[in-house]
Amino acid sequence: MALLPAILILLALALGAGAALAYAARRFKVEDAPLVERINALLPQTQCGQCGHPGCHPYAKAIAAGEAINRCPPGGDSTIRSLARLLAQEPHPLDPTHGHEDVRKVAYIREPECIGCTKCIQACPVDAIVGSAKHMHTVIVSECTGCDLCVAPCPVDCIDMIPLRNPQQNWSWPRPDPRRAGIDLIATDLLHRAG
Amino acid sequence: MADILLLLLGAILVNNVVLTQYLGLCPFMGVGGKLETAIGMSALTTFVLTLSSILNYFIYHYLLLPFDLGFLRIIAFIVVIAAIVNFTEIAMHKTAPLLHKVLGLFLPLVTTNCAILGVALLNSERASSLIESVFHGFGAAVGFSLVLVLFAAMRERLTVSDIPAPFQGSAISLVTAGLMALAFMGFSGLV
Repeated sequence: MALLPAILILLALALGAGAALAYAARRFKVEDAPLVERINALLPQTQCGQCGHPGCHPYAKAIAAGEAINRCPPGGDSTIRSLARLLAQEPHPLDPTHGHEDVRKVAYIREPECIGCTKCIQACPVDAIVGSAKHMHTVIVSECTGCDLCVAPCPVDCIDMIPLRNPQQNWSWPRPDPRRAGIDLIATDLLHRAG
Repeated sequence: MADILLLLLGAILVNNVVLTQYLGLCPFMGVGGKLETAIGMSALTTFVLTLSSILNYFIYHYLLLPFDLGFLRIIAFIVVIAAIVNFTEIAMHKTAPLLHKVLGLFLPLVTTNCAILGVALLNSERASSLIESVFHGFGAAVGFSLVLVLFAAMRERLTVSDIPAPFQGSAISLVTAGLMALAFMGFSGLV
């Protein structure tokens, strides 16, 4: 008995809500991010300048204006491929004149040798180095993009670029150490303990 | 007037949605970690809760009850709440993109915030007039906001304090929430 009004009322509710949402979607339409921003989002944000531009955003602008997409060594193959997909281009291999793809590194200052000259701080594009004049400097690991730019200005060569311990690209589970804490994984582990 | 004040006070302090009725605990725990997001969430919930109280009152009393369809109220209320939340999300994406980004997944989850449906259901059972249900909804939202902001402020301080290892993370958050609920029990009998 109550079936028809129930169906009609719920239908009316759903239609009303749908109409209101359709109006809202039209009224508050958000434009897609412009092309430059979408390219910039794909670049690795190391701000290293190896592409020949002063940072990632200028390179994104240049790409949008038609520059080649294979000039970003820190991004490497994966960045070139995703840029190619975004721009519907052929993915060419990395241009060797701009550098080679390497594992992700992070700058490390050997602190006893640091003389506090602040030259690396001025070179750092992402403000990842803290310190002041005549005081020891150090690198904020989570901010460092591994761009290499601080190595050359250092007058005492106390900056090392060390590979990041667990980069996402080549991380694997550590192998079990059978000698630790007497864990017997396979039969031959017993030999270790016996010997 | 005095009735309305008592109703507001009761909804905010005595029958607090989160700490006395245990509704809306998901956003309470989820966004209660940062003061900034907590304030955004509070504003959003207040808006949605008040608006849904008004709309659901009309739908329940002028659409469902005349046809003797009170048993459909849960579906009808959820449709209305989902529409309001969706509308707010679309509007917020345009007008406050930063807040939209910060709230992220918790924005659509306001739809399933049981505090909002709970207040709508309580309204359909107890509230006798539009004014009453609006102020009950608004009071519940203010109560939710008050508790959420207080909780977020406490949790921000907890993150920098020295907590014993077994209590770290959600454990201390739940203990904090429990202590707050105990404190709010002190308001019972106020109205």
